Amino acid sequence: MLEIRGLSKRFGGVVATDDVTLEVARDEVHALIGPNGAGKTTIVAQLSGSLSPDAGEIIFLGANLTHAPQHVRVRAGLARSYQITSIFKRFTVLDNLALAVQARTGSSLSFWRPVATEQALFDAARAIAADIGLGERVDVIAGTLAHGEQRALEVGLALATRPKLVLLDEPMAGMGPEESQRMIELIGRTRSRVAVLLVEHDMDAVFRLADRISVLVNGRLITTGTPAEVRANAEVRRAYLGDEGAARD
Amino acid sequence: MKTAISLLAFAIAFPLAMQALDQPFYIGFGARVLIYAMAAASLNLVLGYGGMVSFGHAAFFGAGAYIVGILAVEGTRSAWIAWPLAVAVAALAALVIGAMSLRTRGVYFIMITLAFAQMLYYIFVSLKAYGGDDGLSLPGRSTVGLGLELRNDLTWYYVVLALLAATLYLLHRLVHSRFGRVIEAIRENETRAAAIGYPVYGYKLACFVISGAIAGLAGALIANQSSYVSPSLLHWIQSGTLMIMVILGGVGRFWGGPIGAAALLALEETLSGSALLGDYALHWQLPVGAILLAIVLFAPQGIVGFFARRRHA
Repeated sequence: MLEIRGLSKRFGGVVATDDVTLEVARDEVHALIGPNGAGKTTIVAQLSGSLSPDAGEIIFLGANLTHAPQHVRVRAGLARSYQITSIFKRFTVLDNLALAVQARTGSSLSFWRPVATEQALFDAARAIAADIGLGERVDVIAGTLAHGEQRALEVGLALATRPKLVLLDEPMAGMGPEESQRMIELIGRTRSRVAVLLVEHDMDAVFRLADRISVLVNGRLITTGTPAEVRANAEVRRAYLGDEGAARD
Repeated sequence: MKTAISLLAFAIAFPLAMQALDQPFYIGFGARVLIYAMAAASLNLVLGYGGMVSFGHAAFFGAGAYIVGILAVEGTRSAWIAWPLAVAVAALAALVIGAMSLRTRGVYFIMITLAFAQMLYYIFVSLKAYGGDDGLSLPGRSTVGLGLELRNDLTWYYVVLALLAATLYLLHRLVHSRFGRVIEAIRENETRAAAIGYPVYGYKLACFVISGAIAGLAGALIANQSSYVSPSLLHWIQSGTLMIMVILGGVGRFWGGPIGAAALLALEETLSGSALLGDYALHWQLPVGAILLAIVLFAPQGIVGFFARRRHA
């Protein structure tokens, strides 16, 4: 459903994305892993439209979105979450989610009708809140939530746009084991409805969730395969998994 | 709602009370407050709700005023033509200035809006045909027909009040609509607003144009208020004054603009008259400055924010 062909991006002399070709299939959880500085977030930025690639193509559901503005991509069903939590901190959880729902339901160039009377908007937001485990926290100001809850809302905002493919940039960042477990369950639940491109450092999560894994080193894709294949790949072990990968066998 | 009704009741009763007290001067003063209330409310839409610190709002205010002034000396005094045209020209100016300024952020946005407004200021200073820096005297207030004589200060006051009430009603609907929520979301977190699918530039521009249009209407009224327009209406000090009104009243608070305008003009009026300070009234700006400083320090949410918090406490 998502095809990335020959994607390249350089910052001055640094090649952040080096001729990356990658495909994410429908209903797939595709993990993108690699050491720090491998260029994972740069790829997410190019896919979501906040960064323009120097070369290559991004085809999503048959449409060429390489240079499409961000909101066009979201409308097409390609949404993202952020590694560093980016929510509407002074709004309630419900208002956060309602805003994301609003973006996909009808025009927001409505200047007259009070948004508070739009029951459907808030019903949909409540359903998502329940889904991400914040059903009891809808009236809380988002900035006062616990870290794990803010991360759940971060992912929830992306899901609330009802994407066909969601780019999750380190959803487990800074989480304790219990919170990570809840996030893994959340991603596990949504995978039946939405394809996922998962950028993550937590290898435990990656190997539990991913159908396929792509490994990025210095901006270059060194391999793509099933978790078992990637685990067995000598080049990957050398470049990235190191002792951790070896110790598992 | 309760605030709206009590403020409206006060605004309706005010000129009648002044008439009863034989203080007709204050009816004119009241109308001036209402006009600035409208201008400040329009600035609060971009500044408070949209988070766009526009330091050039006087451009739209002054443009509206000059349209009425120029049309009047050219012989068109009908409010039905002049006022809508003032609104349209101010909106167009906001569209052009906004389209360019909104590509920048932060300090650059502040500086570029200031620069555009100053450009417009110098254009009117050099416009000798319409008074240049001496300004332009109008032959009189606009005409509306309907048996209303705007020359009459009491009639004028109520016409201004009706327009302000209508404008505030419109703004109230606006900030609580879907559009208003998006505008506030962009203020809170522009990156995320874009990431959940909003074309933020378009929304900001729309907000900027609506705000400019309302400032244009306020400008059309201020030209009528004293039957005189001058480039000082477009000067950056005017932009600054509107900003002070918003900050004083409460940034992003619905009543922030109107309350701030009333408070600042009332302060100036009280302290610049000799009744309170005698000969020292000449230096009225000093105590005004001190009071503003105190408010910013002790009520950073402005007057409206201060009272809203006390009510919740």
